Amino acid sequence: MNELKSGVSESMELGTLRRIIVRAKRWDLFFVVLGILSLMIGVLTFAVLFADMASKGLPRLNWEFFTSFPSRRAANAGILSAWVGTILVMLVTAVAAIPLGVAAGVYLEEYAPKNWITDVIEINVSNLAGVPSIVYGLLALGLFVYQFGFGQSILSAGLTLALLILPVVIVATREAIRSIPQSVREGSYACGATTWQTVRDHILPYSSPGILTGIIIGMARAIGETAPIITIGALTFIAFLPPQPYVGDPPAGLFDWLFAPFTVMPIQMFNWTSRPEAAFAENAAAAGFVLVFMTLLMNGLAIYLRYRLRKNIKW
Amino acid sequence: MDANVTPVPVTPTLKADVRDLDFYYGSFHALKKVTMPVYERKATALIGPSGCGKSTLLRCFNRMHDLYPGNRYEGGGIVLHPDNTNLLAHGVDPIEVRMRISMVFQKPNPFPKSIFENVAYSLRVRGLRNKSELDDRVEAALKGAALWKEVSGRLSELGANLSGGQQQRLCIARALASDPELILFDEPTSALDPIATASIEELITELKEKVTILIVTHNMQQAARISDYTAYMYLGEMIEFGITDQLFIKPQKKQTEDYITGRFG
Repeated sequence: MNELKSGVSESMELGTLRRIIVRAKRWDLFFVVLGILSLMIGVLTFAVLFADMASKGLPRLNWEFFTSFPSRRAANAGILSAWVGTILVMLVTAVAAIPLGVAAGVYLEEYAPKNWITDVIEINVSNLAGVPSIVYGLLALGLFVYQFGFGQSILSAGLTLALLILPVVIVATREAIRSIPQSVREGSYACGATTWQTVRDHILPYSSPGILTGIIIGMARAIGETAPIITIGALTFIAFLPPQPYVGDPPAGLFDWLFAPFTVMPIQMFNWTSRPEAAFAENAAAAGFVLVFMTLLMNGLAIYLRYRLRKNIKW
Repeated sequence: MDANVTPVPVTPTLKADVRDLDFYYGSFHALKKVTMPVYERKATALIGPSGCGKSTLLRCFNRMHDLYPGNRYEGGGIVLHPDNTNLLAHGVDPIEVRMRISMVFQKPNPFPKSIFENVAYSLRVRGLRNKSELDDRVEAALKGAALWKEVSGRLSELGANLSGGQQQRLCIARALASDPELILFDEPTSALDPIATASIEELITELKEKVTILIVTHNMQQAARISDYTAYMYLGEMIEFGITDQLFIKPQKKQTEDYITGRFG
Protein backbone atom coordinates (compact mmCIF):
# COMPACT_ATOMS: atom_id res chain seq x y z
CA MET A 1 0.00 0.00 0.00
CA ASN A 2 2.55 2.55 1.17
CA GLU A 3 5.30 1.48 -1.18
CA LEU A 4 7.06 4.32 -2.93
CA LYS A 5 6.54 4.53 -6.66
CA SER A 6 8.91 6.97 -8.39
CA GLY A 7 9.49 8.80 -5.13
CA VAL A 8 5.85 9.61 -4.38
CA SER A 9 3.90 7.73 -1.76
CA GLU A 10 0.79 6.07 -3.14
CA SER A 11 -1.20 6.93 -0.08
CA MET A 12 -1.11 10.61 -1.07
CA GLU A 13 -1.79 11.76 -4.56
CA LEU A 14 0.63 14.36 -5.85
CA GLY A 15 -2.38 16.53 -6.67
CA THR A 16 -3.68 16.35 -3.10
CA LEU A 17 -0.23 17.18 -1.79
CA ARG A 18 -0.05 20.30 -3.95
CA ARG A 19 -3.50 21.43 -2.88
CA ILE A 20 -2.49 21.12 0.78
CA ILE A 21 0.64 23.20 0.17
CA VAL A 22 -1.34 25.91 -1.63
CA ARG A 23 -3.84 26.03 1.22
CA ALA A 24 -1.11 26.24 3.86
CA LYS A 25 0.65 28.98 1.94
CA ARG A 26 -2.45 31.16 1.99
CA TRP A 27 -1.61 32.01 5.58
CA ASP A 28 1.77 33.34 4.45
CA LEU A 29 0.03 35.65 2.02
CA PHE A 30 -2.48 36.71 4.65
CA PHE A 31 0.28 37.60 7.11
CA VAL A 32 2.32 39.48 4.52
CA VAL A 33 -0.68 41.67 3.72
CA LEU A 34 -1.40 42.23 7.40
CA GLY A 35 2.23 43.10 8.09
CA ILE A 36 2.50 45.58 5.23
CA LEU A 37 -0.74 47.25 6.35
CA SER A 38 0.49 47.61 9.94
CA LEU A 39 3.75 49.04 8.70
CA MET A 40 2.01 51.51 6.40
CA ILE A 41 -0.16 52.91 9.20
CA GLY A 42 2.93 54.02 11.08
CA VAL A 43 4.99 55.14 8.12
CA LEU A 44 2.18 56.94 6.29
CA THR A 45 0.98 58.79 9.39
CA PHE A 46 4.48 60.15 9.92
CA ALA A 47 4.88 60.99 6.22
CA VAL A 48 1.58 62.89 6.11
CA LEU A 49 2.37 64.82 9.30
CA PHE A 50 5.85 65.64 8.07
CA ALA A 51 4.61 66.71 4.61
CA ASP A 52 1.91 68.88 6.17
CA MET A 53 4.41 70.55 8.48
CA ALA A 54 6.87 71.01 5.64
CA SER A 55 4.26 72.58 3.32
CA LYS A 56 3.24 75.06 6.01
CA GLY A 57 6.68 75.78 7.40
CA LEU A 58 9.09 75.57 4.47
CA PRO A 59 8.27 79.04 3.10
CA ARG A 60 9.40 80.45 6.46
CA LEU A 61 12.71 78.60 6.44
CA ASN A 62 15.38 81.07 5.48
CA TRP A 63 18.64 82.27 6.96
CA GLU A 64 16.93 84.99 9.02
CA PHE A 65 14.68 82.37 10.68
CA PHE A 66 17.78 80.74 12.18
CA THR A 67 19.54 83.99 13.11
CA SER A 68 16.65 85.97 14.61
CA PHE A 69 15.33 86.04 18.14
CA PRO A 70 11.62 85.56 18.75
CA SER A 71 9.57 88.65 18.06
CA ARG A 72 6.04 89.94 18.49
CA ARG A 73 5.87 90.24 14.71
CA ALA A 74 5.59 86.79 13.23
CA ALA A 75 7.47 87.68 10.04
CA ASN A 76 10.54 88.81 12.02
CA ALA A 77 10.48 86.00 14.59
CA GLY A 78 13.20 83.34 14.49
CA ILE A 79 14.52 80.39 16.43
CA LEU A 80 18.07 81.53 17.28
CA SER A 81 17.67 81.32 21.05
CA ALA A 82 15.72 78.07 20.72
CA TRP A 83 18.19 76.07 18.65
CA VAL A 84 21.18 77.37 20.59
CA GLY A 85 19.35 76.48 23.81
CA THR A 86 18.49 73.00 22.53
CA ILE A 87 22.07 72.27 21.51
CA LEU A 88 23.51 73.50 24.82
CA VAL A 89 20.96 71.58 26.89
CA MET A 90 21.66 68.43 24.84
CA LEU A 91 25.38 68.92 25.44
CA VAL A 92 24.84 68.99 29.21
CA THR A 93 22.51 65.99 28.95
CA ALA A 94 25.07 63.98 27.00
CA VAL A 95 27.97 64.86 29.30
CA ALA A 96 25.91 63.86 32.35
CA ALA A 97 23.96 60.84 31.07
CA ILE A 98 26.62 59.00 29.05
CA PRO A 99 29.25 58.36 31.75
CA LEU A 100 26.63 57.70 34.44
CA GLY A 101 24.50 55.41 32.31
CA VAL A 102 27.37 53.44 30.80
CA ALA A 103 29.10 53.06 34.16
CA ALA A 104 25.87 51.84 35.78
CA GLY A 105 25.24 49.39 32.95
CA VAL A 106 28.80 48.03 33.05
CA TYR A 107 28.65 47.67 36.81
CA LEU A 108 25.35 45.79 36.71
CA GLU A 109 26.54 43.40 33.98
CA GLU A 110 30.19 42.81 34.83
CA TYR A 111 30.67 43.51 38.53
CA ALA A 112 27.43 43.29 40.49
CA PRO A 113 26.84 39.98 42.27
CA LYS A 114 23.69 38.30 41.02
CA ASN A 115 21.41 38.47 44.04
CA TRP A 116 18.05 39.91 45.05
CA ILE A 117 19.44 43.43 45.59
CA THR A 118 20.64 43.52 41.97
CA ASP A 119 17.24 42.20 40.90
CA VAL A 120 15.47 45.01 42.75
CA ILE A 121 17.80 47.58 41.17
CA GLU A 122 17.14 46.05 37.77
CA ILE A 123 13.37 46.30 38.17
CA ASN A 124 13.73 49.86 39.38
CA VAL A 125 15.80 50.90 36.39
CA SER A 126 13.20 49.45 34.01
CA ASN A 127 10.45 51.22 35.94
CA LEU A 128 12.30 54.54 35.79
CA ALA A 129 12.10 54.35 32.00
CA GLY A 130 8.31 54.38 32.32
CA VAL A 131 7.98 57.33 34.74
CA PRO A 132 6.12 60.24 33.05
CA SER A 133 8.53 62.98 32.10
CA ILE A 134 6.59 65.64 34.02
CA VAL A 135 7.49 63.79 37.22
CA TYR A 136 11.16 64.23 36.38
CA GLY A 137 10.36 67.92 35.90
CA LEU A 138 8.91 68.16 39.41
CA LEU A 139 11.87 66.28 40.89
CA ALA A 140 14.30 68.58 39.08
CA LEU A 141 12.42 71.69 40.17
CA GLY A 142 12.85 70.73 43.80
CA LEU A 143 16.34 69.27 43.52
CA PHE A 144 18.33 71.15 40.89
CA VAL A 145 16.49 74.49 40.76
CA TYR A 146 15.96 75.08 44.49
CA GLN A 147 17.97 72.60 46.57
CA PHE A 148 21.20 72.84 44.57
CA GLY A 149 20.47 76.43 43.58
CA PHE A 150 21.17 75.93 39.88
CA GLY A 151 18.15 78.11 39.08
CA GLN A 152 16.08 77.97 35.91
CA SER A 153 19.16 77.36 33.86
CA ILE A 154 20.64 75.30 31.03
CA LEU A 155 22.40 73.22 33.68
CA SER A 156 19.13 72.34 35.45
CA ALA A 157 17.44 71.48 32.15
CA GLY A 158 20.36 69.38 30.93
CA LEU A 159 20.57 67.42 34.17
CA THR A 160 16.78 66.88 34.16
CA LEU A 161 16.86 65.41 30.69
CA ALA A 162 19.93 63.37 31.67
CA LEU A 163 17.91 61.79 34.50
CA LEU A 164 15.10 61.17 32.04
CA ILE A 165 17.25 59.25 29.55
CA LEU A 166 19.51 57.58 32.10
CA PRO A 167 17.37 54.39 32.21
CA VAL A 168 17.43 54.23 28.40
CA VAL A 169 21.22 54.46 28.37
CA ILE A 170 21.57 51.88 31.16
CA VAL A 171 19.24 49.40 29.49
CA ALA A 172 20.92 49.88 26.09
CA THR A 173 24.36 49.42 27.66
CA ARG A 174 23.28 46.21 29.37
CA GLU A 175 21.67 44.80 26.23
CA ALA A 176 24.79 45.61 24.21
CA ILE A 177 27.06 44.00 26.80
CA ARG A 178 24.87 40.90 26.99
CA SER A 179 25.23 40.33 23.27
CA ILE A 180 28.98 39.74 23.71
CA PRO A 181 29.58 35.96 23.72
CA GLN A 182 30.73 34.54 27.02
CA SER A 183 33.60 32.82 25.16
CA VAL A 184 35.21 36.21 24.50
CA ARG A 185 35.01 37.11 28.19
CA GLU A 186 36.51 33.75 29.16
CA GLY A 187 39.27 34.25 26.59
CA SER A 188 40.19 37.54 28.18
CA TYR A 189 40.13 36.22 31.74
CA ALA A 190 42.13 33.17 30.66
CA CYS A 191 44.88 35.55 29.47
CA GLY A 192 45.11 36.77 33.06
CA ALA A 193 43.11 39.97 32.62
CA THR A 194 41.37 41.61 35.57
CA THR A 195 37.70 42.54 35.32
CA TRP A 196 38.63 46.15 34.61
CA GLN A 197 41.06 45.14 31.85
CA THR A 198 38.37 42.93 30.37
CA VAL A 199 35.87 45.80 30.48
CA ARG A 200 38.30 48.36 29.06
CA ASP A 201 39.84 46.18 26.33
CA HIS A 202 36.87 44.04 25.31
CA ILE A 203 33.47 44.75 26.83
CA LEU A 204 33.34 48.49 26.08
CA PRO A 205 34.87 48.37 22.58
CA TYR A 206 32.67 45.47 21.46
CA SER A 207 29.48 46.88 22.93
CA SER A 208 30.07 50.44 21.74
CA PRO A 209 27.84 50.19 18.65
CA GLY A 210 24.87 49.14 20.78
CA ILE A 211 25.64 51.64 23.53
CA LEU A 212 25.97 54.44 21.01
CA THR A 213 22.66 53.58 19.42
CA GLY A 214 21.01 53.61 22.84
CA ILE A 215 22.53 56.97 23.71
CA ILE A 216 21.36 58.58 20.49
CA ILE A 217 17.85 57.12 20.79
CA GLY A 218 17.74 58.54 24.33
CA MET A 219 19.00 61.92 23.11
CA ALA A 220 16.44 61.93 20.30
CA ARG A 221 13.77 61.43 22.95
CA ALA A 222 15.20 64.17 25.15
CA ILE A 223 15.43 66.73 22.35
CA GLY A 224 11.66 66.78 21.97
CA GLU A 225 10.77 66.83 25.68
CA THR A 226 8.73 69.85 26.67
CA ALA A 227 6.91 69.12 29.91
CA PRO A 228 9.87 68.74 32.31
CA ILE A 229 11.59 71.77 30.80
CA ILE A 230 8.50 73.93 31.31
CA THR A 231 8.21 72.59 34.85
CA ILE A 232 11.68 73.74 35.80
CA GLY A 233 10.80 77.13 34.33
CA ALA A 234 12.34 77.60 30.92
CA LEU A 235 11.37 80.97 29.53
CA THR A 236 9.18 81.10 26.46
CA PHE A 237 10.44 84.41 25.19
CA ILE A 238 14.18 84.90 25.15
CA ALA A 239 15.86 87.61 23.14
CA PHE A 240 19.47 86.96 24.09
CA LEU A 241 21.98 84.15 23.94
CA PRO A 242 23.79 82.56 26.89
CA PRO A 243 27.08 84.34 27.64
CA GLN A 244 29.99 83.15 25.51
CA PRO A 245 33.08 82.25 27.52
CA TYR A 246 35.66 85.06 27.73
CA VAL A 247 33.44 87.47 25.77
CA GLY A 248 31.73 90.64 27.03
CA ASP A 249 32.52 93.17 29.70
CA PRO A 250 33.35 91.95 32.28
CA PRO A 251 34.31 88.75 30.35
CA ALA A 252 32.08 85.77 31.09
CA GLY A 253 33.59 82.73 32.78
CA LEU A 254 34.08 79.46 30.92
CA PHE A 255 30.97 77.90 32.43
CA ASP A 256 28.73 80.94 32.94
CA TRP A 257 26.44 79.79 30.10
CA LEU A 258 25.43 76.82 32.22
CA PHE A 259 23.54 79.14 34.55
CA ALA A 260 21.87 81.26 31.89
CA PRO A 261 18.13 81.29 31.31
CA PHE A 262 17.19 79.59 28.07
CA THR A 263 14.50 78.25 25.83
CA VAL A 264 14.43 75.13 23.65
CA MET A 265 12.86 74.23 20.30
CA PRO A 266 9.73 72.45 21.54
CA ILE A 267 8.94 75.30 23.96
CA GLN A 268 9.35 77.83 21.18
CA MET A 269 6.94 75.75 19.07
CA PHE A 270 4.48 75.45 21.93
CA ASN A 271 4.62 79.20 22.46
CA TRP A 272 3.91 79.94 18.79
CA THR A 273 1.07 77.44 18.45
CA SER A 274 -0.70 79.06 21.38
CA ARG A 275 -0.82 82.40 19.55
CA PRO A 276 -4.03 83.27 17.67
CA GLU A 277 -2.34 84.72 14.54
CA ALA A 278 -2.04 82.30 11.60
CA ALA A 279 1.45 83.59 10.80
CA PHE A 280 2.74 82.19 14.09
CA ALA A 281 1.31 78.77 13.19
CA GLU A 282 3.59 78.88 10.15
CA ASN A 283 6.54 79.68 12.40
CA ALA A 284 5.62 76.72 14.62
CA ALA A 285 5.46 74.42 11.60
CA ALA A 286 8.86 75.64 10.42
CA ALA A 287 10.37 75.12 13.89
CA GLY A 288 8.75 71.68 14.01
CA PHE A 289 10.33 70.84 10.69
CA VAL A 290 13.75 71.85 12.03
CA LEU A 291 13.22 69.82 15.21
CA VAL A 292 12.16 66.70 13.31
CA PHE A 293 15.11 67.20 11.01
CA MET A 294 17.47 67.39 14.00
CA THR A 295 16.01 64.15 15.35
CA LEU A 296 16.29 62.38 12.01
CA LEU A 297 19.88 63.58 11.72
CA MET A 298 20.70 62.07 15.11
CA ASN A 299 19.05 58.77 14.20
CA GLY A 300 20.89 58.77 10.88
CA LEU A 301 24.14 59.30 12.74
CA ALA A 302 23.26 56.40 15.05
CA ILE A 303 22.67 54.06 12.12
CA TYR A 304 25.88 55.16 10.39
CA LEU A 305 28.04 54.80 13.52
CA ARG A 306 26.58 51.42 14.32
CA TYR A 307 27.32 50.24 10.79
CA ARG A 308 30.90 51.59 10.91
CA LEU A 309 31.71 50.13 14.32
CA ARG A 310 30.09 46.75 13.67
CA LYS A 311 32.17 46.15 10.57
CA ASN A 312 35.15 45.23 12.74
CA ILE A 313 33.27 43.07 15.20
CA LYS A 314 32.74 39.47 14.20
CA TRP A 315 32.40 36.58 16.57
CA MET B 1 78.33 -3.72 36.18
CA ASP B 2 75.83 -6.16 34.84
CA ALA B 3 74.96 -5.17 31.27
CA ASN B 4 71.69 -7.03 31.40
CA VAL B 5 70.05 -4.88 34.03
CA THR B 6 66.97 -3.29 32.54
CA PRO B 7 67.25 0.49 32.70
CA VAL B 8 65.17 2.03 35.45
CA PRO B 9 62.47 4.12 33.74
CA VAL B 10 63.19 7.80 34.34
CA THR B 11 60.43 9.19 36.52
CA PRO B 12 59.30 12.48 35.02
CA THR B 13 59.22 15.60 37.15
CA LEU B 14 55.91 16.44 38.73
CA LYS B 15 54.47 19.75 37.47
CA ALA B 16 51.17 19.71 39.29
CA ASP B 17 49.21 17.30 41.36
CA VAL B 18 45.53 17.16 42.09
CA ARG B 19 44.87 15.93 45.60
CA ASP B 20 41.48 14.70 46.78
CA LEU B 21 39.73 17.46 44.89
CA ASP B 22 35.99 17.95 45.29
CA PHE B 23 34.07 20.42 43.19
CA TYR B 24 30.45 21.56 43.39
CA TYR B 25 28.23 23.45 40.93
CA GLY B 26 25.83 24.72 43.56
CA SER B 27 24.58 21.49 45.10
CA PHE B 28 25.77 19.27 42.24
CA HIS B 29 28.84 17.28 43.24
CA ALA B 30 30.78 17.39 39.96
CA LEU B 31 34.22 16.13 41.02
CA LYS B 32 34.60 13.48 43.71
CA LYS B 33 37.92 13.08 45.48
CA VAL B 34 39.91 13.39 42.27
CA THR B 35 43.62 12.68 42.55
CA MET B 36 46.05 12.71 39.65
CA PRO B 37 49.56 13.88 38.76
CA VAL B 38 50.50 16.12 35.83
CA TYR B 39 54.08 15.59 34.64
CA GLU B 40 56.33 18.31 33.35
CA ARG B 41 56.72 18.59 29.57
CA LYS B 42 54.35 15.73 28.97
CA ALA B 43 50.88 15.76 27.49
CA THR B 44 48.24 14.38 29.80
CA ALA B 45 44.85 13.59 28.31
CA LEU B 46 41.56 13.54 30.19
CA ILE B 47 39.02 11.20 28.60
CA GLY B 48 35.58 10.00 29.55
CA PRO B 49 31.95 10.22 28.43
CA SER B 50 30.10 13.55 28.32
CA GLY B 51 29.35 14.92 31.75
CA CYS B 52 32.07 12.90 33.47
CA GLY B 53 33.75 16.04 34.81
CA LYS B 54 36.82 16.18 32.58
CA SER B 55 36.22 19.77 31.47
CA THR B 56 35.24 20.70 35.02
CA LEU B 57 38.58 19.38 36.26
CA LEU B 58 40.46 21.22 33.51
CA ARG B 59 38.76 24.51 34.37
CA CYS B 60 39.79 24.12 38.02
CA PHE B 61 43.42 24.51 36.91
CA ASN B 62 42.98 28.15 35.85
CA ARG B 63 40.17 28.93 38.29
CA MET B 64 37.71 29.55 35.44
CA HIS B 65 34.94 28.46 37.81
CA ASP B 66 35.57 31.58 39.90
CA LEU B 67 33.85 33.63 37.19
CA TYR B 68 30.47 32.15 38.03
CA PRO B 69 28.58 32.26 41.30
CA GLY B 70 27.73 29.13 43.23
CA ASN B 71 30.85 27.15 42.34
CA ARG B 72 32.84 25.66 45.21
CA TYR B 73 36.20 23.92 45.47
CA GLU B 74 36.75 21.59 48.40
CA GLY B 75 39.22 18.99 49.52
CA GLY B 76 42.93 19.05 48.91
CA GLY B 77 43.31 21.24 45.87
CA ILE B 78 45.80 21.43 43.02
CA VAL B 79 49.45 21.94 43.93
CA LEU B 80 51.71 23.51 41.33
CA HIS B 81 55.42 22.63 41.44
CA PRO B 82 58.19 23.51 41.99
CA ASP B 83 56.92 26.27 44.31
CA ASN B 84 54.23 24.13 45.98
CA THR B 85 51.49 26.68 45.47
CA ASN B 86 47.97 25.38 45.98
CA LEU B 87 46.14 26.97 43.05
CA LEU B 88 42.80 26.71 44.78
CA ALA B 89 43.85 28.18 48.12
CA HIS B 90 41.86 31.23 49.19
CA GLY B 91 44.95 33.40 49.44
CA VAL B 92 45.97 32.70 45.85
CA ASP B 93 44.69 35.24 43.34
CA PRO B 94 42.99 33.57 40.37
CA ILE B 95 44.63 36.16 38.12
CA GLU B 96 48.07 34.99 39.24
CA VAL B 97 47.00 31.41 38.47
CA ARG B 98 45.81 32.41 34.97
CA MET B 99 49.07 34.26 34.35
CA ARG B 100 50.98 31.02 34.97
CA ILE B 101 48.53 28.63 33.29
CA SER B 102 46.96 29.54 29.97
CA MET B 103 44.05 27.96 28.17
CA VAL B 104 42.79 27.10 24.69
CA PHE B 105 39.05 26.67 24.38
CA GLN B 106 36.79 24.25 22.58
CA LYS B 107 35.54 26.75 20.02
CA PRO B 108 38.18 29.15 18.67
CA ASN B 109 37.51 32.45 20.45
CA PRO B 110 39.75 35.09 18.92
CA PHE B 111 39.00 38.65 20.04
CA PRO B 112 37.46 40.86 17.37
CA LYS B 113 40.82 42.59 17.05
CA SER B 114 43.75 42.27 14.69
CA ILE B 115 45.84 39.10 14.53
CA PHE B 116 48.70 40.98 16.20
CA GLU B 117 46.55 42.35 19.01
CA ASN B 118 45.06 38.93 19.67
CA VAL B 119 48.47 37.48 20.45
CA ALA B 120 49.78 40.65 22.08
CA TYR B 121 46.86 40.75 24.51
CA SER B 122 48.28 38.21 26.93
CA LEU B 123 51.49 40.30 26.97
CA ARG B 124 49.68 43.61 27.37
CA VAL B 125 47.82 42.42 30.47
CA ARG B 126 51.27 41.67 31.88
CA GLY B 127 52.18 45.31 31.41
CA LEU B 128 54.42 44.89 28.38
CA ARG B 129 54.42 48.15 26.38
CA ASN B 130 57.71 48.11 24.51
CA LYS B 131 56.82 47.92 20.80
CA SER B 132 59.88 46.01 19.59
CA GLU B 133 59.64 43.48 22.41
CA LEU B 134 55.94 43.01 21.67
CA ASP B 135 56.78 42.50 17.97
CA ASP B 136 59.41 39.90 18.80
CA ARG B 137 57.29 37.95 21.22
CA VAL B 138 54.19 37.99 19.01
CA GLU B 139 56.32 36.67 16.15
CA ALA B 140 57.81 33.98 18.38
CA ALA B 141 54.36 32.93 19.61
CA LEU B 142 52.94 32.80 16.08
CA LYS B 143 55.94 30.71 14.99
CA GLY B 144 55.42 28.46 17.99
CA ALA B 145 51.82 28.00 16.92
CA ALA B 146 52.86 27.22 13.32
CA LEU B 147 50.87 30.18 12.05
CA TRP B 148 53.61 32.71 11.27
CA LYS B 149 54.10 31.70 7.63
CA GLU B 150 50.42 32.09 6.91
CA VAL B 151 49.84 35.44 8.62
CA SER B 152 53.18 37.27 8.73
CA GLY B 153 52.09 39.64 5.96
CA ARG B 154 48.70 40.48 7.40
CA LEU B 155 49.07 40.94 11.13
CA SER B 156 46.70 43.90 11.11
CA GLU B 157 43.79 41.92 9.67
CA LEU B 158 40.96 40.75 11.91
CA GLY B 159 41.51 37.40 13.60
CA ALA B 160 37.96 36.43 12.65
CA ASN B 161 38.92 36.50 8.95
CA LEU B 162 41.09 33.42 9.40
CA SER B 163 39.79 29.88 8.83
CA GLY B 164 38.63 27.82 11.82
CA GLY B 165 41.88 25.91 12.14
CA GLN B 166 43.94 29.08 11.80
CA GLN B 167 41.77 30.79 14.43
CA GLN B 168 42.46 27.93 16.82
CA ARG B 169 46.21 28.20 16.16
CA LEU B 170 45.87 31.94 16.77
CA CYS B 171 44.32 31.13 20.14
CA ILE B 172 47.21 28.73 20.81
CA ALA B 173 49.65 31.55 19.93
CA ARG B 174 47.80 33.79 22.40
CA ALA B 175 48.15 31.09 25.06
CA LEU B 176 51.84 30.59 24.22
CA ALA B 177 52.86 34.24 24.09
CA SER B 178 53.05 34.65 27.83
CA ASP B 179 55.41 31.66 28.31
CA PRO B 180 53.02 29.68 30.49
CA GLU B 181 54.10 26.77 32.70
CA LEU B 182 51.07 24.74 31.71
CA ILE B 183 48.62 25.00 28.83
CA LEU B 184 45.08 23.68 29.18
CA PHE B 185 43.30 22.49 26.05
CA ASP B 186 39.55 21.98 26.30
CA GLU B 187 38.59 19.75 23.34
CA PRO B 188 40.56 22.04 21.03
CA THR B 189 39.68 20.21 17.80
CA SER B 190 36.03 19.38 18.30
CA ALA B 191 34.91 22.35 16.17
CA LEU B 192 37.46 21.68 13.40
CA ASP B 193 37.60 19.58 10.23
CA PRO B 194 39.97 16.56 10.03
CA ILE B 195 42.79 18.44 8.26
CA ALA B 196 42.78 21.30 10.76
CA THR B 197 42.56 18.72 13.54
CA ALA B 198 45.67 16.96 12.25
CA SER B 199 47.64 20.21 12.20
CA ILE B 200 46.57 21.08 15.76
CA GLU B 201 47.53 17.59 16.96
CA GLU B 202 50.93 17.88 15.31
CA LEU B 203 51.38 21.25 16.97
CA ILE B 204 50.50 19.90 20.41
CA THR B 205 53.00 17.07 19.92
CA GLU B 206 55.68 19.69 19.20
CA LEU B 207 54.62 21.94 22.06
CA LYS B 208 55.02 19.30 24.73
CA GLU B 209 58.79 19.44 24.23
CA LYS B 210 58.67 22.89 25.79
CA VAL B 211 55.59 23.13 27.96
CA THR B 212 53.36 20.92 30.06
CA ILE B 213 50.05 20.12 28.42
CA LEU B 214 46.74 19.01 29.86
CA ILE B 215 44.13 18.21 27.24
CA VAL B 216 40.49 17.22 27.44
CA THR B 217 39.34 15.19 24.47
CA HIS B 218 36.37 13.03 23.68
CA ASN B 219 38.31 11.46 20.84
CA MET B 220 40.15 8.41 22.19
CA GLN B 221 42.32 8.07 19.09
CA GLN B 222 43.43 11.64 19.66
CA ALA B 223 44.34 10.89 23.26
CA ALA B 224 46.27 7.82 22.11
CA ARG B 225 48.07 9.77 19.39
CA ILE B 226 49.23 12.82 21.28
CA SER B 227 49.31 12.13 25.00
CA ASP B 228 51.95 10.52 27.24
CA TYR B 229 49.55 9.96 30.13
CA THR B 230 45.82 9.43 30.12
CA ALA B 231 43.24 9.75 32.83
CA TYR B 232 39.84 8.12 32.45
CA MET B 233 37.04 9.78 34.36
CA TYR B 234 33.47 8.71 34.92
CA LEU B 235 30.68 10.45 36.86
CA GLY B 236 33.06 12.85 38.53
CA GLU B 237 35.50 10.20 39.66
CA MET B 238 39.01 9.42 38.49
CA ILE B 239 38.71 5.79 37.44
CA GLU B 240 42.18 5.18 36.11
CA PHE B 241 45.35 7.10 35.44
CA GLY B 242 48.36 5.69 33.60
CA ILE B 243 50.86 5.84 30.80
CA THR B 244 48.78 6.23 27.64
CA ASP B 245 50.11 3.15 25.85
CA GLN B 246 49.53 0.96 28.88
CA LEU B 247 46.09 2.37 29.60
CA PHE B 248 44.91 1.76 26.06
CA ILE B 249 46.54 -1.66 25.62
CA LYS B 250 46.10 -3.09 29.04
CA PRO B 251 43.69 -1.10 31.21
CA GLN B 252 43.66 -2.10 34.87
CA LYS B 253 39.96 -1.47 35.44
CA LYS B 254 37.01 -3.14 33.77
CA GLN B 255 35.23 0.24 33.39
CA THR B 256 38.15 1.72 31.49
CA GLU B 257 38.32 -1.30 29.23
CA ASP B 258 34.60 -1.05 28.47
CA TYR B 259 34.95 2.59 27.55
CA ILE B 260 38.05 2.36 25.38
CA THR B 261 36.79 -0.69 23.54
CA GLY B 262 33.57 1.13 22.77
CA ARG B 263 31.29 -1.16 24.76
CA PHE B 264 30.13 1.90 26.61
CA GLY B 265 30.11 5.69 26.34
